[in-house]
Amino acid sequence: MAAVEHTTSAGITPAEVVTPSSAGEVAELLRGSTGTVVPVGAGTKTGWAAPPTSCELLLRTTALDRVVEHVPGDLVVVAEAGVPLATLRAQLAEHHQMLALDPPEPGATLGGIVSANASGPRRLRYGTARDLLIGVTVVLADGTTARSGGKVVKNVAGYDLGKLYTGAHGGLGVVVSTTWRLHPLPAAAGAVVVPVGDAAEAGRLATLVARSTLTPTAVELRWDGTAGELVVLFESIEASVDAQSTAAVELLGGGERAAGPPSWFGERPTGGVVLRLAFEPHALPRVLAALPAGSSGTASACTGVAYVSVPADADLAALRAAIAPYDGSAVVIAAPDDRRVSIDHWGPTADSFGLMTRVKDQFDPGRRLSPGRLLGGL
Amino acid sequence: MTDQRVAERQQVSPRTLELADRLRGAIGAAKVLTEPAQLRTYECDGLEAFRVRPGVVVLAEHRDDVVATVRLCAEAGIPFVARGSGTGLSGGAVPVADGVLIVLSRLRGIVDVDPDNARMVVEPGVINLWVTREAAPHGQAYAPDPSSQQVCSIGGNVAENSGGAHCLKYGFTVNHVMGAEVVLADGEVVHLGGRAPEHPGFDLLGAFVGSEGTLGVVTQVTVRLIRVPETVQTMLVGFHSVADAAGTVSDIIAAGILPAAIEMMDALAIEAAEAAVRCDYPKGAAAVLVIELDGPQVEVDEQFEHVERLAQARHAFETRIAADAEDRALMWKGRKSAFAAVGRISPSYYVQDGVIPRTRLPEILAAMGTLADEANLRVANVFHAGDGNLHPLILFDDAVPGAAEAAEELGFAILDLCIEAGGSITGEHGVGLEKKSKMASQFTAEDLDTMQLVRCAFDPAGLANPGKLFPTPRLCGERPGVRTADNAPDPALGEVF
Repeated sequence: MAAVEHTTSAGITPAEVVTPSSAGEVAELLRGSTGTVVPVGAGTKTGWAAPPTSCELLLRTTALDRVVEHVPGDLVVVAEAGVPLATLRAQLAEHHQMLALDPPEPGATLGGIVSANASGPRRLRYGTARDLLIGVTVVLADGTTARSGGKVVKNVAGYDLGKLYTGAHGGLGVVVSTTWRLHPLPAAAGAVVVPVGDAAEAGRLATLVARSTLTPTAVELRWDGTAGELVVLFESIEASVDAQSTAAVELLGGGERAAGPPSWFGERPTGGVVLRLAFEPHALPRVLAALPAGSSGTASACTGVAYVSVPADADLAALRAAIAPYDGSAVVIAAPDDRRVSIDHWGPTADSFGLMTRVKDQFDPGRRLSPGRLLGGL
Repeated sequence: MTDQRVAERQQVSPRTLELADRLRGAIGAAKVLTEPAQLRTYECDGLEAFRVRPGVVVLAEHRDDVVATVRLCAEAGIPFVARGSGTGLSGGAVPVADGVLIVLSRLRGIVDVDPDNARMVVEPGVINLWVTREAAPHGQAYAPDPSSQQVCSIGGNVAENSGGAHCLKYGFTVNHVMGAEVVLADGEVVHLGGRAPEHPGFDLLGAFVGSEGTLGVVTQVTVRLIRVPETVQTMLVGFHSVADAAGTVSDIIAAGILPAAIEMMDALAIEAAEAAVRCDYPKGAAAVLVIELDGPQVEVDEQFEHVERLAQARHAFETRIAADAEDRALMWKGRKSAFAAVGRISPSYYVQDGVIPRTRLPEILAAMGTLADEANLRVANVFHAGDGNLHPLILFDDAVPGAAEAAEELGFAILDLCIEAGGSITGEHGVGLEKKSKMASQFTAEDLDTMQLVRCAFDPAGLANPGKLFPTPRLCGERPGVRTADNAPDPALGEVF
């Protein structure tokens, strides 16, 4: 775990970079130091949280790369935090199983996906990391190693720390190992793609699907600012994919059938400021209408999540206010270099912020982990 | 655990009586009970072995009643316990002696039904089944379905992260609760989560669900509704051996099929169910499986046939397919009434709740049988076989001295088997009062101390349902997170971006 010269694309130049190769080494590093530490995986989502106010030690988890245990009959896998999702998925596919997470960032690690709460289109069916993570091992700021959950899906013994660490961006401790619920790999796939003329139509079609008995794994909208295209993805046994695709064409009043999703499916938009929006699903057309001119992106149309690129000078406060009535939030996941520090990354805090601060202070009393990366400057 | 069976009459202290007076002034005398005869009703929850008389019972009718009660408790430093329908099976809602019990059953408002967003907002005293009943006209349902769903409350479900037969496919309460309004232990009201699928900041809602009342009192819950599937098909399959039934479960999973539910009952559990509800299960079966598939018609048809073939291959001697909803209800009746039904074949029984990796089912069942023989006790097995959640029902005669203790001992020995197999001491009933000592077997001291950091953030004074869940409470320190010059980030290092 020798220190190396390291500068991330976001411009962070930590005093030291370490790549420990075991949970024990992570614990030792934290126990043996007092300065600020920013944990990262493959570094594919460093822009997803605010830049740290300090980073004396950049702790890369990429050498925690062992798949510890896979019991196919139990549909459970234990893997260290630095294992890339793609590597794990390839290994599981040999057993016709999958970890049903599909964030698109290439090379992303399990620990990074958990810490950033990264998800993709199939969250409609399978949920996100918080729904699939059944056990987690973390190292706290003081070097304590702690585990919660276990190796069984059904388990209510103790607090579920996995939920707390999902989306915590390393601010409560370093995720070193993860245990997951798996799903069978679907045998067949098929999609129905329909053009969408305006925001109202996008909303109408999404609602039709949501209120139907169809069971798509994803319903994704590509949105160019005024119009777009909706894809309904079915993944199941062949007979079901076929029957549901036929039913979807009828329900939507048209559409092209395709063997799989189009190339844009699941990709994050780029350019300008990229936002992750979350809102009540039925508010989709109103959220699309609230976007500043020149915006484009994709939306998980039945879920209430969208990734959009807005112009670099867009008024984020105005957008946040406009979608607030739909319980909406807009979080920056990419910004031009010159706005990286100044931009309001997370938006306003809510009445639970005092409690969040107390949680942070319990887990990391010295505020040495990922300082400033989180909501409200935590 | 026998020493915790405190049933004797307790004296209410002057300071609790004083608190009761203040409560009467704050929320109205009719909602504040202190008469011993009135308090008796609330001594225990569904696990009757643990009884503690509270000092005061508050029958809250409004969120503000809860806020006022908690605030006054905090001022007086008197602990409180929230209670829903009281159906819990781990003693999680057992009062604290001389403390306050806040009953939420009267908070029964359906606040908002929002089929377009597939959300419903309800008060914590709303009964689980009512949510699905309200959602039904819109073609929607609330997925978590504990066997007690006709009487258990949503607030209790949130506290316990309740499951049910269908969580194999649909997940638990935590996967279906989107938001909660929570009264913290100092009376502060916070909103965790909401109606959107995610929110900036820590997932405090995820930590709160399943915290067994130790992090605060929930006063409003936003749940996610699912679309009722196009079709549901249920089969009841009889086997000559438990091993064949367990093998069939593994084969179904290995075939890549995810049924909505797979439930197993052994011969003794079947005998009890027959005696109680005459469910007419296959005669002479050593085990039955209730298997339910739901989803699009074509998919269910094909997978249902596949499951039938897998059961045949494991020598199933009788397969019945539910012809209609009534038929299905009858198949489920035997399963859902199994706990109570055991009362028909034994003077007393004790139910445990452990989880094992599904693949270890046959060997653990055999080991349980050996333990039962050694203890000279009968064990009826009813379980969520699809996810390895065992519910051994240990039969004993309370009139026999020492029998209850022996049953309890056997239950705990079974939990040890679960832990050794890499499982858990509870899949859905919670730790509560009953199993807190076992937490130290499943987790290290570091694990438990770390979990309690959450409690220290939510409830530093330890007033919310104290004495549950953790074997040893952690002291929270006086002022966590005080930043000193030594540990504050150095502003000179700010130039990293």
